Amino acid sequence: MTRRVVITGMGAVTPLGHNVEELWRRLLAGESGVDKTTIFDADTFPTQFSAQVNGYDHLQDLPENIRAEHRQACRNSRFIIGAALQAWRQAKLPVPLPDELKDGQTGYLPPAEQVGVYLGAGEGPIDFDNFIAATVNGWQNDKNEMNWRAWAKTAFARMDARRELEQEPNMPGAHLARIFNLRGPCMSCLTACAASTQAIGEATELIRYGDADIIITGGTHSMIHPLGVTGFNRLTALSIRNDDPKSASRPFDGERDGFVLAEGAGALIIEELETARRRGANILAEIIGYGSTADAFRVTDQHENGRGGIAAVRMALENAKVGIDQIDYISAHGTGTIENDSIETLITKEVFGRRAYQIPISSVKSMLGHLIAAAGAVELITCVLAIRDQIAPPTTNLTHPDPQCDLDYIPNQARKIPVNIAMSNSFGFGGQNNTLIIRRFAD
Amino acid sequence: MADRRVVITGLGVVNALGIGREAYFQALLNGSIGIDRIQVFDPSEFPSQVAGEAPRPKMSEIVPKTYRKATKLMSRDIQLAVIAADAAVRDGKIKTKATHPEGEVDINPVRSGVNIGAGLICCDLVELAMAAHHAVKDGQFSLQKWGTEGMNMLTPLWLLKYLPNMLSCHISIIHDLQGPSNSITCAEASGMLSIGEAYRKIVHNKADLMVAGGAESKVEAMGLLRQCLLGRTSTKYNDRPKEACRPFDRDAGGMVIGEGAGIVIMEELEHARKRGARLYAEITGFGASNNSNGDFVEPEASAKGVTIALQKALKQAKLSPQKIDLLIAHGIAIARNDRAEATAIRAVFAEHTKKLAVLATKSRFGNCGAAAGAIDLITAVLALYEGKIPANVNCPHPPAEYGLNLAAGNQQANINHAMACCYTYGGQTAALTVSRLN
Repeated sequence: MTRRVVITGMGAVTPLGHNVEELWRRLLAGESGVDKTTIFDADTFPTQFSAQVNGYDHLQDLPENIRAEHRQACRNSRFIIGAALQAWRQAKLPVPLPDELKDGQTGYLPPAEQVGVYLGAGEGPIDFDNFIAATVNGWQNDKNEMNWRAWAKTAFARMDARRELEQEPNMPGAHLARIFNLRGPCMSCLTACAASTQAIGEATELIRYGDADIIITGGTHSMIHPLGVTGFNRLTALSIRNDDPKSASRPFDGERDGFVLAEGAGALIIEELETARRRGANILAEIIGYGSTADAFRVTDQHENGRGGIAAVRMALENAKVGIDQIDYISAHGTGTIENDSIETLITKEVFGRRAYQIPISSVKSMLGHLIAAAGAVELITCVLAIRDQIAPPTTNLTHPDPQCDLDYIPNQARKIPVNIAMSNSFGFGGQNNTLIIRRFAD
Repeated sequence: MADRRVVITGLGVVNALGIGREAYFQALLNGSIGIDRIQVFDPSEFPSQVAGEAPRPKMSEIVPKTYRKATKLMSRDIQLAVIAADAAVRDGKIKTKATHPEGEVDINPVRSGVNIGAGLICCDLVELAMAAHHAVKDGQFSLQKWGTEGMNMLTPLWLLKYLPNMLSCHISIIHDLQGPSNSITCAEASGMLSIGEAYRKIVHNKADLMVAGGAESKVEAMGLLRQCLLGRTSTKYNDRPKEACRPFDRDAGGMVIGEGAGIVIMEELEHARKRGARLYAEITGFGASNNSNGDFVEPEASAKGVTIALQKALKQAKLSPQKIDLLIAHGIAIARNDRAEATAIRAVFAEHTKKLAVLATKSRFGNCGAAAGAIDLITAVLALYEGKIPANVNCPHPPAEYGLNLAAGNQQANINHAMACCYTYGGQTAALTVSRLN
């Protein structure tokens, strides 16, 4: 028998709020976090809008005596620092964990070696101005080659050591390990849009099998920079509805034309059940199922029959020991691309059969945009809240029926529904399929 | 119910010592050093000008015919991973869709997964420069012109070449591996963490076979720049490249960038036996932790995160430290870091440290980033399997206070249990235990 894993804290820094309650309130109200991009001048790009985190200062959330160490944190590290602190504090854990347990006062805490971090963390935003200056200064167009000496002269003059270090995808987790004094497994993965769902699932496995007792999990990403937007625009993956950004993210809608890039972070404290009980932590929900598969099909497209997604969903159901009749709500990957939404509909129908038409399903990406590596974490948080408040967020901008996407996607208005067990799906570029199932906690 | 047991059945390596586990281990025994002046770009404006450059075979000859077009989407990091995966599959005589496109595969695709650690992949600068040139206005780069003209010069699938999960994805497509698939991104600890997580997947019955390891190329301008800016590189041996990387030596002056991939095939024991596989060694323990230092670059002086990782791996393997015959250390050749790692090793092995054979490999092919820990694990397996421990090179004067047993010549050795450990900037640490099968 494996150990049970529960959620005892949550935190978020997103385009619709820098904490969980504000995010939730605005999602239920159907608000959109999408607007004209201001982080850089995107006026001539095919896509000129995104969902930004504006006005967030991570230093304010940090204890004063450790601010100096995290002052230079990259944009995405800042988001997860804030989200993790919220979650950690909600879980009533001390900042930092003590190195050793002293008799009495900290007796209910696991040792630091049993407390870790597992994030789906993106790379940090590139130092674009300096990076491109070196690129351009080195290029000799008449010779069609790079003059590396000229490149290096500019690069060494302009690039900053710490700024470069902060771009490494293991740095967000590194910041957290340092803040909280984590000596357990400290892992990061980056399976594209599925990354934080994967991180949460893998973290759950670590706790189930005793490799850790508490883990800060979740994800963070910020790709709203010239090369990030370039990359997705070249793939024609982004909506180009520049005249009306708030209507651009239209998962499952007949007029959808791509996803909307967003940034932010979601964090959850997950822990072994008895540990949580002994500590007197509030148990928000229980993680009961995880499934992970690969399409092994194409790097450019999902498998046309959704075989990897179908397998992941089924794997999660079996892992949770629940039947298709017991899923009360699904938080869809629902990016708003033609391909994802139709294949995801196919996957849902294949797994759930006729029941697929009865399960309320929604995609908060309609309001929040696509946080890429962080999406799954924030979406799981909405599942926890759906269970807590017995209400599901809507899929907004759903006004043109698409015959290929004919399930109940909770169009436009949040809906009170009984939710005991919820499912969250994430399907990443390259065919990474990850599914999580959570349940209202009951002994 | 007894735990499922996991054995290593295939090994694939590519780095400055060549391609394939046979070439690799023979090169180690020959005392070969693959570090030389950087060829792939002009390093003369860099303080460190040497690297361990890996071969560049034709990718169209490595992948199945049907996959040749897809090689256009492979950055160097992806190429290295695909090369090593191919070598590992062939070494293990696994029948996959790649090796047996018409006939019988001997693995179940939905029970076979992938976990390839990757680094921060920089886009090809020449490719980018050609496009950026179209966005130059009045001698300066113009973001406005990039949006209207410059970006259109990039191939539409440009981004897919640089996503770190593409290492796993290409391998899963080529060999038809539909099971659990992950891409660990913990810098220099990635490869070892990937192998550890994959091992646990099989123990927990989520897969019967896993292709795991790591790949990275630091041998490009941004990779070198980053390490130079951090002050981590070896700068005094540009005229004597073979002496440049000196792990645990008194004159250790910094790391040397490298590139490579290390990939293992691991299987549940009965699954491997049924296939008639060669059983190199058993993976018996995995530990992971974190060094703690506010600069996020170096380990703390005790490298306590390395100690904890080693101890956890030992505990999982149910082995006392005295049982370990060989440790492949991270041995990055940055003096303060080596000192810290030696401290961590002594904290784990105590009096046994005098007997424990320690080997550092980076002197031979540089620091391969995400591949490093995987290549070192493979080194431990090969030493155990062949009964030989290759020499430490460039280490004529290890400081006495390190207290490590760093033999300067090859040794015959009857190894029952070996370990490998690693750590990275950022702090993450990992350790693995491998044991002879009885």
